[in-house]
Amino acid sequence: MIATALVIGFALITAAILLNLWRLFAGPTPSDRILALDTLVINAIALTVMFGIYERTAFYFEAGVLLALVGFVSSVAYAKFLLRGDIVE
Amino acid sequence: MILLLTCMLPFLGALAVALAARTGRNTQAILAGAATSAALVLILLQAPQVLAGTTSAFAMPWVPALGLEASLFMDPLGLMFAGLILGIGILIITYARFYLAAEDSMPRFLTFLMLFQGAMLGIVLSDNVLLLLIFWELTSLSSFLLIGFWSHKAEGRQGARMALAVTGGGGLALIAGLLILGRVAGSYNLTDILLAGLVIQGSPLYTPALVLILVGCFAKSAQFPFHFWLPRAMAAPTPVSAYLHSATMVKAGVFLLARLWPVLSGTELWFYLVATTGMVTMFVGAAIALFKDDLKALLAYSTVSHLGLLTMLLGFGTPMAAVVAVFHILNHATFKAALFMNAGIVDHEVGTRDVRRLGGLVHLMPIATTIAVVAGLSMAGLPPFNGFISKEMMLEEAGRTVWAELTWLIPLVATLAALLSAAYSFRYVSHVFFGPRRHDYPRAPHDPGAGLWGPPAVLAALVVLIGFFPATIAGPLVQPVAAAVIGAEPPYFALKMWHGFTPALFMSVLAVAGGAAVLWRHGEAVRMWQRVPVPDAKRAFDAVVAALVGASRVVTDTLHTGTLQRSLFVLFAATFLLAVEGLSVGGLGGATRAGIPASGVAVAAWLALVAGAVAVVVSARQRFLALIYISVIGLIVSLGFVYLSAPDLALTQISVEVVTILLLLLALNLLPKTPQPTSSRLRRARDAVLAGIVGAGVGWLALAVMTRAPRDPISAFHWAQAKPGGGGTNVVNVTLVDFRGFDTFGEIIVLGIAALAIYALLKTAVRGVAGRRLLAWVPETPESPERHPMMLVVASRLVLPIALVVGLFLFLRGHNLPGGGFIAGLVFSIALLVQFMASGYAWADARKRLERHTLIAGGVLVAAATGLGSLAFGAPFLTSTFEYITWPLVGQFELASALLFDVGVSLAVVGAVLLALGQLANLMQRAARLEVDAEPMDIDPTRGAGAVR
Repeated sequence: MIATALVIGFALITAAILLNLWRLFAGPTPSDRILALDTLVINAIALTVMFGIYERTAFYFEAGVLLALVGFVSSVAYAKFLLRGDIVE
Repeated sequence: MILLLTCMLPFLGALAVALAARTGRNTQAILAGAATSAALVLILLQAPQVLAGTTSAFAMPWVPALGLEASLFMDPLGLMFAGLILGIGILIITYARFYLAAEDSMPRFLTFLMLFQGAMLGIVLSDNVLLLLIFWELTSLSSFLLIGFWSHKAEGRQGARMALAVTGGGGLALIAGLLILGRVAGSYNLTDILLAGLVIQGSPLYTPALVLILVGCFAKSAQFPFHFWLPRAMAAPTPVSAYLHSATMVKAGVFLLARLWPVLSGTELWFYLVATTGMVTMFVGAAIALFKDDLKALLAYSTVSHLGLLTMLLGFGTPMAAVVAVFHILNHATFKAALFMNAGIVDHEVGTRDVRRLGGLVHLMPIATTIAVVAGLSMAGLPPFNGFISKEMMLEEAGRTVWAELTWLIPLVATLAALLSAAYSFRYVSHVFFGPRRHDYPRAPHDPGAGLWGPPAVLAALVVLIGFFPATIAGPLVQPVAAAVIGAEPPYFALKMWHGFTPALFMSVLAVAGGAAVLWRHGEAVRMWQRVPVPDAKRAFDAVVAALVGASRVVTDTLHTGTLQRSLFVLFAATFLLAVEGLSVGGLGGATRAGIPASGVAVAAWLALVAGAVAVVVSARQRFLALIYISVIGLIVSLGFVYLSAPDLALTQISVEVVTILLLLLALNLLPKTPQPTSSRLRRARDAVLAGIVGAGVGWLALAVMTRAPRDPISAFHWAQAKPGGGGTNVVNVTLVDFRGFDTFGEIIVLGIAALAIYALLKTAVRGVAGRRLLAWVPETPESPERHPMMLVVASRLVLPIALVVGLFLFLRGHNLPGGGFIAGLVFSIALLVQFMASGYAWADARKRLERHTLIAGGVLVAAATGLGSLAFGAPFLTSTFEYITWPLVGQFELASALLFDVGVSLAVVGAVLLALGQLANLMQRAARLEVDAEPMDIDPTRGAGAVR
């Protein structure tokens, strides 16, 4: 049951990543690209966690946690740069 | 062991003074004086047995592979010098306490002085010549700090630089010379070298070794033609001059000549090099001294002359001359230190050191006059003072020495030098203290307090005592010291005032009478002197330095053109050629490992990676876009680490990626967002071809490495030993903090240095040309009015505790499961950086409790302390230990000393990241000229509804 769900999940996430990439490279505005990158990070979290389930190990869980915790920081910084130029003011 | 303590005491004193920087001057002077006195007492306690013939020694292996041993020994020669260094050191500390003005930093001065004292003590007590070299260089460095103590004065800085260049340059020659000597003798221990005299003098390497060692000694002891640095070093405060140029720094060269006398002297080469140099220096120094109007310059050239005298005596190579040299070292130290301090008193009380503006001080400063008369007449070589006796003996020896069959040359030059010496000594005494009383002194002169006249008075008393009772006071010291210099029993000699009607007495009388006559006709002598063309040493030195700088600039500019493109081209081309060469010689061998099948997800990720890389190249000139694409690469690489079961690397990559993006965004704000190409189209095509070839080559090599099994990899050892040896199951972390802990220790130091360098470089960027450009900077991007959006501020506050807990979690379990100090440090830094981003630099910076510098230093110190802690248990540096403890709630938990080391790593990382990025942000704030925002966010609900500023 879980194996089947995983296959479907991987397929969907892979499709999502490819779509993210398309938006990322196509743009057209910088905001589109930043949002695409942020979504890419979220998909990466899902991928990491699902990989852990697939491998039946908790080793990769922290990588997912860390991505979830600090992954948004880059996106915020990009956005702040667009808004103000200076990310720490 | 006592010797080691003696040698360490001045350094401990330096540390104590530096730590007591906030206490009063008296405390600092007492601390320095106590350390010096304690060392002196330790020396004196050993004196009876050392003088009786038992040398005390201490040895500890240091770097055995290099022949470097921390071995010390004290024979009578070392004892005499150590006594002089410490004895006069106490007097100088007392004198300096009262000499330095209120605006001079006493702790800084005394710290430098104690460092210098320790270095000098190390030279005279070292048994290993390599250790001696280290102390030798330390004296050059610490004397640089002392001479340049008044760093606000140009001549102080120039004098210090010149002294460092000359004595340090001589030190380089000395290193080569002593290395050759040690190689020839088969040992770097002085005690062994001193026994290998025959081997050394018979070796073909004797000549180069001798010349190199002599260059080092002559540079240090200000022998012609290296003499010019010494007078320029007079820009130092007078206590420094009195210390460096009477008993210590300049005597180091003479000391080494005496130390190596048994193995090096006795050859013709030695005689002609050393005796001639000494003779010329003695004469030239005395001649220039006579025409100097500045009291300290007069004494400086007189010191040059007396050092020449000592060198000449040692150069004669006869045992009797060595005896005289030893005796004169003692006498010169006493009267010259007294005279320097006396000149300092005159300067301090009258306000000038110019002889032409002085005179008649006897009526106003009787105590200073007495000291000057005693010490000055001793320098002139008049009875009943000690300088007379050693000068008589010197003339006696000079009268017996023949230079290249010219029997008259050395006696004549020695008499002339003695004559000039008498003349300038008389001038010092009579033109400053006697003659009519004047009314145009810059200040109203009077005798200083006992703190200033006491120290020179002690020395003046010694001058008289040794003069009257030479055999009783100096005899018991000179006899064994001379034996130590000669390496055998010295010939019979009698230290006494009256030697009968000898040729030396005749020469002496001639010198004194002549000296008085020259002084009587000083005005005419000055006019004659002005017609003698004297080369300007400073101009020559500056020309040499300028030529050296020019030459190195030519070399640098040839190698380093300043264009990144060209450097990278050369680098990549060379890499490519080397790789081709290596492959054609060694070959690759066949692939031994099978690949693993790629899943659909992996292929998609790989596509993303390739697309990201291509996109970065294509949009290289749109920097913001390129940065976003770089993020994609970083993300995929992190996923790759997860996929290939390297969770530690994945964690590191994720957090490093964030910090890197923040750093690049900070820097990008001040950089052009879309730079124009700087090279021609053709050149870019060429670069593209090369980049393509090298990139493909590196990729192919990586593939080749991955498809071949390594032979006997060290990872096998790490896997096997991580748990039993390091006490952790996470091999990566155990490797970092245990197996390769020393590397990590070095790396956090480098990280700290890098952060401090960024801080220092950016700190100066707000001044000068760069500062003006920064002020003229106009933001390129349109600015939104929202500086600190409320949503971001709230989110950042919520993230902070969670991130800290995650960081702590990663830190604590790092030894056994993925995590560790480095990753934890990065997570802490990111959590804090988010606060900076959300509420601004000023707001967040005002809320820090610890300086970031302190964090870096604390981290390095904690790591070092953990490493040193293992020494206490008799284990090598950084040996780790671990214990299993059962904790309440947590259960069994393993506690390793490596955890403490990891704390150090973590602290250093946090400090370094925050320091570097914070400084960059600070710089930006200056550029943007925005008013500092005191509030955490733009809209604050607590300030009432819709309070918008």
